[in-house]
Amino acid sequence: MIELNIYTPLTSHKVKDLTAGDKINLTGTIYTARDAAHERLINDIKKGNNPPFNLQNSIVYYVGPCPAKPGYVIGSSGPTTSYRMDKYTPFLLDKGIKGMIGKGVRSNEVISSMKKNDAVYFGAIGGAGALISSCIKKSKVIAYEDLGTEAVRELYVEDFPLIVVIDCKGNNLYNKQDRLKLSIGG
Amino acid sequence: MRKIKVNTIIEKVKEMCIKSNYNLGYDILNKIKEVSKTETSSIGKDILEKLLLNAKIAAEKELPICQDTGMAVFFVEIGQDTFIEGGSLTDSINEGVRQGYREGYLRKSIVKDPLIRQNTNDNTPSIIHYDIVKGDKLKICFAPKGFGSENMSKLKLLKPSDGVNGVKDFIIETVKEAGPNPCPPIVVGVGIGGTMEKACILAKKALFRDIDTYNKKQHIKDLEIELYNEINKLDIGPQGFGGNTTALGVNIEVFPTHIAGLPVAVNINCHVARHMEIVI
Ligand code: SF4
Repeated sequence: MIELNIYTPLTSHKVKDLTAGDKINLTGTIYTARDAAHERLINDIKKGNNPPFNLQNSIVYYVGPCPAKPGYVIGSSGPTTSYRMDKYTPFLLDKGIKGMIGKGVRSNEVISSMKKNDAVYFGAIGGAGALISSCIKKSKVIAYEDLGTEAVRELYVEDFPLIVVIDCKGNNLYNKQDRLKLSIGG
Repeated sequence: MRKIKVNTIIEKVKEMCIKSNYNLGYDILNKIKEVSKTETSSIGKDILEKLLLNAKIAAEKELPICQDTGMAVFFVEIGQDTFIEGGSLTDSINEGVRQGYREGYLRKSIVKDPLIRQNTNDNTPSIIHYDIVKGDKLKICFAPKGFGSENMSKLKLLKPSDGVNGVKDFIIETVKEAGPNPCPPIVVGVGIGGTMEKACILAKKALFRDIDTYNKKQHIKDLEIELYNEINKLDIGPQGFGGNTTALGVNIEVFPTHIAGLPVAVNINCHVARHMEIVI
């Protein structure tokens, strides 16, 4: 198992170096969006409005954080289940998003679009919200504030622990055959 | 007739909401410690260790273990010799949830209408199952239920001829299909018997039981052990990256049923498996 430090922005070049099973420490700026924010983001783009952040080489984190306690940057912030975003993902990958952080399986459509667009799917540890929140150094709501926990936030993270689940060649860590092929596990 | 004031209920419910979200239960904590030694996958082992670290950070900093602080589910046993003074029991439970989720900085995850989907902003209403029992005590059992795992749950109305093998197959199938989505390692709650809705309620109730306990009926205890072993052979592993830790526990509850039926419900819970109870 390789351990890598990755910094944003996430270019195609960096994506191509990643393989399913790699352990990643991510540092840089990422953006949060889950169900309701995806719906709005896509409607906005389709209407011709500028998206709330530059999608090129960006990373989207599927999360709805807990409210921040006084003195804290953010509340617990673990990943939500990604398949609910599958419907929206190929569109966003075509618009330049290079990385997604979540948990759980992705559809075949998403994986094909990832291969086409040189994108990567990272897994964060589901249910480790307190640990992950300690890697988040800055947090700011930048769009759809009325959605509360589902608003789009700009986060600055340091050494966010991730695993490459699906790489841009389509290798999938959830898939036993792929694990054997890449000699992972055991 | 024993009087219980609604303010006492509100206060206790509020406390349970906060405590259960900040502190991983001892049954789960001990189990994760145990399986982190026997996990065969190195990624899996690393994840289990991070879950222990997460629990430590959550307890020390008083933060929720997981950001999905759930929909508030209650099983309430009310003694028929109690008198609730100062308001309604349901309202006071919901008020406790409202205060607990606000003061504990827990996430508000409830929408008012399943189709219009506007957040109620206070995590109410709760799901409350009442039971009227003998005596003058009020027992309130609480579990904040996350939906990553709830969404992976299933119900099937089997035929009596499907028998215990049909039940086992359905449970294993449900866990397999859930795969990495419900944040494995998981706790599997199963309800067998009753009617359609009873099986589901039993499955939920099974998740309120500590995982270091067994069903009192020997044949059901045997089934719990067998399924636990089978599920851990599926190679789903921590977070679905492979390994021999897929389930931390399998809890089964049963109830009499009709001569024509064999309802089975599987309610999946994740490794946070929060639950707590108090008696007033
Ligand atoms: S399934 Fe459980 S651990 Fe995973 S995000 Fe939901 S509540 Fe948290």
